[in-house]
Amino acid sequence: RDFNERCAQCSEVNWGLTDGGRFYCRSCHNVTERTREVVNADFISNARIQTISKGLRKQEKTDGGCEWYVCEGFQLVLKKQAEALEALGVCPQMKDEILCNFWRRYLQKSKQAYCNRPAGETVKALSVCDSSTDVDSEPERPSLLHLSLSESEGDLQTDCSFASSTSRVSESTSVCSGSVDGSLYLMKNQREKLRMTMPMTLSFCYMALLWLREPMTLSDLLRFVVEGHIPYLNVFQHFPEKMKLCGLDLKIFCVESWPVYEEVYNKMLELAAFLDLPRFPDITDSCFLHPDMLCMKYLMEANLPDELHNWTCRVVKKICIGEADFLTLVPGNKSTRNVKYDVLAAAVIVVVLKLLFLLDDHYEWLLSDFAEESNKNNKEGGPYFEFKKWYKVIKCSLDVEQKKLDEERAKYLWRCEKPLFYSAKKKSKVLKRRQMVVNLQNQFGKLSGSVQPAEKPKPSSFQLSWSEENTDGSCFHGHSLKGILQEKCGLLTAMNPAYWLCTVKLCTEKLCGHLAHYREVDFPQSYHFVLRLFSFILRIQPSYIHDEVCVIEHKLFNKKLCKKSKYNTGLRK
Amino acid sequence: SSHEHKLNFKKSKEVCLSYIQDAMLQKQWKRAAEFLTFYTESLEKDFSTQYMGPSEMIWRIGTEILCHHSHSSMKEFNSFTEQMKTLGVKRYLKVCLEHAFHLLCNGLIDEAYQNLSLAESWRFGEQTAIQDKEMKLIQAYRGLLDYYSWSKQKTILLEHGQDGFEDLSVEREMHSCFRKAAVNLKEIIKIPGVWDLFVKCYVDLLEFYGDHNEARQVLNEYAYNSKFPANPNAHVYLYQFLKRHGESKKSLISALKILHDIVPSHELMIDFNTMLQKSKKRKKRRLGLEVIFAALDYAGWKENVKAWSCLARQVKQIVISEKHLDWIKQEWNSRKDWWPAFHFSRYLAKRNWQENESLSYEKAVVAGILLGKDCKYFKYVSHQGCKAQVKRFRTLKKFVNKHNPVYLRISG
Repeated sequence: RDFNERCAQCSEVNWGLTDGGRFYCRSCHNVTERTREVVNADFISNARIQTISKGLRKQEKTDGGCEWYVCEGFQLVLKKQAEALEALGVCPQMKDEILCNFWRRYLQKSKQAYCNRPAGETVKALSVCDSSTDVDSEPERPSLLHLSLSESEGDLQTDCSFASSTSRVSESTSVCSGSVDGSLYLMKNQREKLRMTMPMTLSFCYMALLWLREPMTLSDLLRFVVEGHIPYLNVFQHFPEKMKLCGLDLKIFCVESWPVYEEVYNKMLELAAFLDLPRFPDITDSCFLHPDMLCMKYLMEANLPDELHNWTCRVVKKICIGEADFLTLVPGNKSTRNVKYDVLAAAVIVVVLKLLFLLDDHYEWLLSDFAEESNKNNKEGGPYFEFKKWYKVIKCSLDVEQKKLDEERAKYLWRCEKPLFYSAKKKSKVLKRRQMVVNLQNQFGKLSGSVQPAEKPKPSSFQLSWSEENTDGSCFHGHSLKGILQEKCGLLTAMNPAYWLCTVKLCTEKLCGHLAHYREVDFPQSYHFVLRLFSFILRIQPSYIHDEVCVIEHKLFNKKLCKKSKYNTGLRK
Repeated sequence: SSHEHKLNFKKSKEVCLSYIQDAMLQKQWKRAAEFLTFYTESLEKDFSTQYMGPSEMIWRIGTEILCHHSHSSMKEFNSFTEQMKTLGVKRYLKVCLEHAFHLLCNGLIDEAYQNLSLAESWRFGEQTAIQDKEMKLIQAYRGLLDYYSWSKQKTILLEHGQDGFEDLSVEREMHSCFRKAAVNLKEIIKIPGVWDLFVKCYVDLLEFYGDHNEARQVLNEYAYNSKFPANPNAHVYLYQFLKRHGESKKSLISALKILHDIVPSHELMIDFNTMLQKSKKRKKRRLGLEVIFAALDYAGWKENVKAWSCLARQVKQIVISEKHLDWIKQEWNSRKDWWPAFHFSRYLAKRNWQENESLSYEKAVVAGILLGKDCKYFKYVSHQGCKAQVKRFRTLKKFVNKHNPVYLRISG
């Protein structure tokens, strides 16, 4: 800046500023003892991190853009997602505290900020997650940080081998991406650092939701994403004008597939371990994510009798999956199996249905006929639950909903108004194409008849709903299980004495990635139907639920399996 | 069936396309249009190396929908097609050509002409050479439309001529159309292919301006150049030309010979047989018999009185002359197993007699000679004919009775 002394080593006048506020010579990396005068009072009260390579960051490039780094982009994405979740009813703490802190910790651990700089990286100033200071506010850098994590306070030393590597960055990136470090980002070595991706933003969100024990499962979250209530697809259109995306940025920020449950979940586990997080807050039986609660929800959604809840609770208790120690996430602990709350609850219900109805394509229909008979004679009190009736009602609704979903998949739109181009050369072509697409959409849209573009449906926790006010008898919540139970030693037990295991032996997850292998043809149709129902509700493959069912069964019949004897006796409490 | 819960861009567009196809197959044009609106964004990812990429799909599907949809108009169609032209330079001329066809089908001849002219003047680097075939077609069709104008003006001129008017400007117009048409038509028919319409028009032009040599050469090329696909019409055109110009029977016959080989059931076989029967050369007469028998092998000729009368005349003549009975025998040999049921059943006898007396007469002649007086057909028809006191039937009866032994020699 205004430091015009000649360097002691190389006699050049080419000074930069280190993090510690000391001048260093850019030509020979000689660090002086001279420090920059503090001009601003604000400066003192907050530890600041400045960009090293070029004092203030370059303001306007020729196209009106500014310099921005990839993780700033992701930060913006997370902010938008957090806002959307807040709009859905998640507590504001998630956005203001939890997600923020997770993110900062991530940046620190992955050495993108708040820490000693390794070679090849630039330090950047980041705005806080508060709504007050934002990325798109004043173009000047640096911005303020509220630091609550102790590691990042105080002076930070810099690495002197800086200047050369930063120039490498600026040379290579100006061509290949709008962001400063786009190309470097993709070239990164994966081993130590967890590279940020779009699906990982959802992992962050889920992790925060889990920490706060919010009433939203991962399948709910992903469904909201697909339905458009949470920014994910085309989220870059919320980036400010100045943040230009092109080239390799597209590979990073452009999404062209729906998020996959397994991927998001596994990344979340990786992330939790990477961030060295402690044991998460306990999941107790008053939490939404506890199997007792979730079972209640899914029973309602599946239009099954409330009485089944007793049975799910019994199973949960018997195999001890209601314990806080089992349910709570402990990052990095490889010995405990990690819990997918939604899948677990669904699987419990499936097991209960198997216990009571056997689901071997014979017994459930027999029981149903039996209940039907009883119903004829039973005039007072509620009706007995008949599997056949339930099956018809559910199948009908499921087919309708599935068909709607299939059409939605065909009608899914991936592009948005904000065009993306790989390079400036392609810009005009891309814009022309976009214009043509819009024209064609208008032209054929008019020919579609009176079909109006459907308004985004209001986000709802339930996809299927049943009301007891319907007089057509299509709601089974209040139905009684008496028709299929019998009294034995003063306890109600299932009339069904038998049970069939989905699999005799569990696979080793490490070898083939699964605990069991599901093929529709190998199992009874009723079983497949039930899996299909929950597969639709959770938007995951039936095989995932099947895996979980196998695990539960093995826990439930553990003793008997160990004995390796035939088991014909029913389940007794 | 397992429902995938994953989805990506490519898969969702594939699924969308299958919905469009289903709707189109069921002629649900509104639904097809609806899904097409969702498919169009695949243009933004059109770097496919597939044989048929999104832009071609959209062009073809969009065209189909606009053709059939009740609310679509020519204006919409035109605007859509113009957009499609800008989509893919490799397909530009093809789209232009199809656009022109569509305009022609809707009677918009002037617009079609403009379109074709515009397309003709298109140049695009090496694409121009690559799309050479389409360019030739465009020029050919434009030539065809020039011919059409020429033809209209010719008609006007002739009318005026009758009224005693002379119209120089029309005449000049006409000649200029001729020149434009001739150039393009001549070019396209050089390329091996099926160009019936172009050939006919070109020959018409040549004949009008008196260039018979050129016309003959063109027709010969079209009919006899082995590079061109076998085309019965080529021979028909040549025959008609030769006939128009009073060519010798010899050349007419040689023109029709190949037609007989390719299409034995062609309607010109009657003319052919008539010429051959009259010939002095034995070989030709023999061929004539072969030709007429072959024609009557086809169901479409079953009730053709003319054909039967040709056959009747010829076999009668042979029987009377008592020469070349072996010809009949040869022809009859491969037919004696199925012609009786095919042509001479009792049912047909009744029907023919009721519907068409002349037909039944001619057939009776043939039946009587080939199958003898005791065959079902002959017996019934001749009996009916004599009962109705139609003179020729009585004559026929006598004739067949007289020559009955001939039948024995034929069938033996």
